[in-house]
Amino acid sequence: MAPVPYKVGEHPDLPPPVSVTGPLAWLRNNLFSSPTNIVMTLVSVWLLYELIPPMLDWMFFDAAFSGENRDACRAQAGGACWAFIAERFRLFTYGFYPAEERWRVNLAFVLLLAALVPVLYDRLPARKIGLYYSMAFPLIAGWLLLGGWGLAPVDTDQFGGFMLTLVIGVTGIAFSLPIGILLALGRQSSLPIIRLFCVGFIEFIRGVPLITLLFVASTMLNYFLPKGTVFDLLLRVLIMVTLFASAYMAEVIRGGLQAIPKGQVEAAEAIGMKYWQSMRLVVLPQALKISIPGIVNTFIGLYKDTTLVIIIGLLDPLGIGRSSLADTKWTGLHNEVYLFVAIFFFISCFSMSRYSLYLEKKLKTEHDH
Amino acid sequence: MSEDPNDSHPSEGSEYAVVMRNVHKWFGPFHVLKDLNLNVARGEKIVICGPSGSGKSTLIRCINRLEEHQEGDIIVDGTELTNDLKHIDQVRSEVGMVFQHFNLFPHLTVLENCTLAPIWVKKMPRAEAEEIAMQYLERVKIPEQAHKYPGQLSGGQQQRVAIARSLCKRPRIMLFDEPTSALDPEMIKEVLEVMVELAGEGMTMLCVTHEMGFAKTVADRVIFMDGGEIIEQNSPQEFFDNPQHERTKLFLSQILDHT
Repeated sequence: MAPVPYKVGEHPDLPPPVSVTGPLAWLRNNLFSSPTNIVMTLVSVWLLYELIPPMLDWMFFDAAFSGENRDACRAQAGGACWAFIAERFRLFTYGFYPAEERWRVNLAFVLLLAALVPVLYDRLPARKIGLYYSMAFPLIAGWLLLGGWGLAPVDTDQFGGFMLTLVIGVTGIAFSLPIGILLALGRQSSLPIIRLFCVGFIEFIRGVPLITLLFVASTMLNYFLPKGTVFDLLLRVLIMVTLFASAYMAEVIRGGLQAIPKGQVEAAEAIGMKYWQSMRLVVLPQALKISIPGIVNTFIGLYKDTTLVIIIGLLDPLGIGRSSLADTKWTGLHNEVYLFVAIFFFISCFSMSRYSLYLEKKLKTEHDH
Repeated sequence: MSEDPNDSHPSEGSEYAVVMRNVHKWFGPFHVLKDLNLNVARGEKIVICGPSGSGKSTLIRCINRLEEHQEGDIIVDGTELTNDLKHIDQVRSEVGMVFQHFNLFPHLTVLENCTLAPIWVKKMPRAEAEEIAMQYLERVKIPEQAHKYPGQLSGGQQQRVAIARSLCKRPRIMLFDEPTSALDPEMIKEVLEVMVELAGEGMTMLCVTHEMGFAKTVADRVIFMDGGEIIEQNSPQEFFDNPQHERTKLFLSQILDHT
C-alpha cells in the first residue's frame, strides 16, 4: 500500500497492521517463531497428551466414589478410591473436635471469611467498621473454638485436620506481619538497645530450624517453667510459629524499608510529622508495597510449615492421613490421601499468590501512568 | 568573616526570623559548619551559594532540625532549637522546606500530599484541609492536577506541588534547598516564577541556589559559603559587581562562565 502523503507535522496515529495484532500473529510470535520454538511447542503438546488423559482417568473416570473398604473400591474400578477420603472427610476437616460442637468450627470459618473481606478489599463501603470486626475476630474465633462463657469447653488436643492448619496458619499470618514490622523498624532504630534486641532476636530465630523451636515448645519449656504450670501445647506452637515467621517477615520488610529514599522521611519531618506518623503514613505504605511478593512468600512458607507440627504429635491433615492409612480397611491408599491434602494446600497457597498479584497490580496502576 | 551587617548587633528576641550564633556542626570527624553567625530579619530573602560541600545545605537543614548542630545557638522565630521535642515541633510548624528532589510522597495524590500534614499534624478537618490545599495548588498554578499522582507530573510540576505542600501548613519561613537543580532547563522558569511571587508576598526565605538571575531579582542579601564558613555576604548588586574575596571571585567567574 502506498503511503498516504500526510503533511509534515500532521501525521495522524494509525492503528498497527493486522499481521502484528491478530490471534494468528500471536501464535506465530509465541509458539512457532523459530525452529527451536516449533520443536518445543510440539514436544509440549505431546507431553500433555501423554500425561493428562491418564491422570483424568485415574482421578475421575476410572475412580470409585463409594465402597466399604479398599477391596470394594478395587472391585469397582482401577483408579482412585475416593470412598476412603469420603469416609474420613470429617476427620480430615475437624480432627477430633466433638461432633456435636462442630457447628462452632463451621461458624468460625464463615466468620473468618467475613473478617478477611474488609482486610483484603479497600473499596468496601463502611470498611472501617469491618476492620474493627476483623481485629476482634481472633477473640471471637478463640471463644468459639475453645468454648467457655456458655459454650462447652473443648480441649486443644482435640483440634486437628484442616481446622488445625487454619488455626495455626491464620494466627501466624495475622500476628507475624505486625511483629515483623516492629522488628524491622527496631532493627533500624537509633537506640542501640532496641536495635541490638531486634538483631539478636531475628538472627537467633533465623539461625534455628522451625522443628527445633517446635521441640523446644513441646518438651524443653517444661523444664524452664515452674512445676505444675499448665501451658497449652497448641498455644506454645502458635507462639513459636508466629515468632519464626516474624523473624523472616522482619527481614523482608527491612528490604522494603531500605528501598525508600531518605528524602521521604525528611519531607515528612519537615512538614512536622512525628516518627510514628511518618512511618505509618509515608514510609510503611511504600515499603510494604514493595515487599508484597516477599511477604506473601513468607505467608505461604509459614502456611505449609504448619505440617511440621506432626513431629510433636499434633494431628494436622498429614497426621490424620498417616493415621488413616494405618487402618487395615484402607491400607495402601497413599496416593489418594496425599493428593487430597496437596489439593487443599494448593488451593490455599495459590489463592494467596493470586491475591498478591492482584494487589501488586492494583497498587501499581494507581501510582504510575 | 567580613562585613557582616549583623556582627555589631547581637540579636535580641524575635525581631529576627532566624538567629544563628557560633554554630558548629560535624559529620563524624568532618567539620561542616564552623562558627557560623547569621541573623535573618523577618521578611528577608537570602540566597546562599557556594561550591558543593561548602555546608550551605547543611546550614539551612539545621534551621528545621533535619540536621542537629553540636555547638552554638539556633533560634527560629523566638524558639530555641534544643533536644526538646516540643521546640522542634514548634519550629517545624513555622518553617516550610522545599527539597532538590521534591520528595513528594509517591503513594499519595497531589491533593493528599498537601493535606497530609494539616490533617495529621494540625488535626484539621479533611474538608477544610482540602480547601486550603486547593487554594495553594491554584497559587502554584496546578489545581487541575490535584487528583493525579506525583509520578504522572513533570519535574517542574512536582516541585510546584512540593512548594504548595509546604505552604499548606502556613509557614512564616521557607527554606529552599537547591529547588531547581534537578530540573530540566525549560522547567526551571515555572518554579522560579512561583518563588518570586512568594517573595513578593513578604515571606521570609532562605534559598540555596545557583540561579543568579533569581538572586538578583529577589534577594535582599547573598551569602557565599566555602569550607563551612560564610566567606562573604552582601546585597546582590554589590555581591555580583564588586566581590571582595578571592574565593568569591573565583566562584562567580566559574558559574557565570558556565551559564
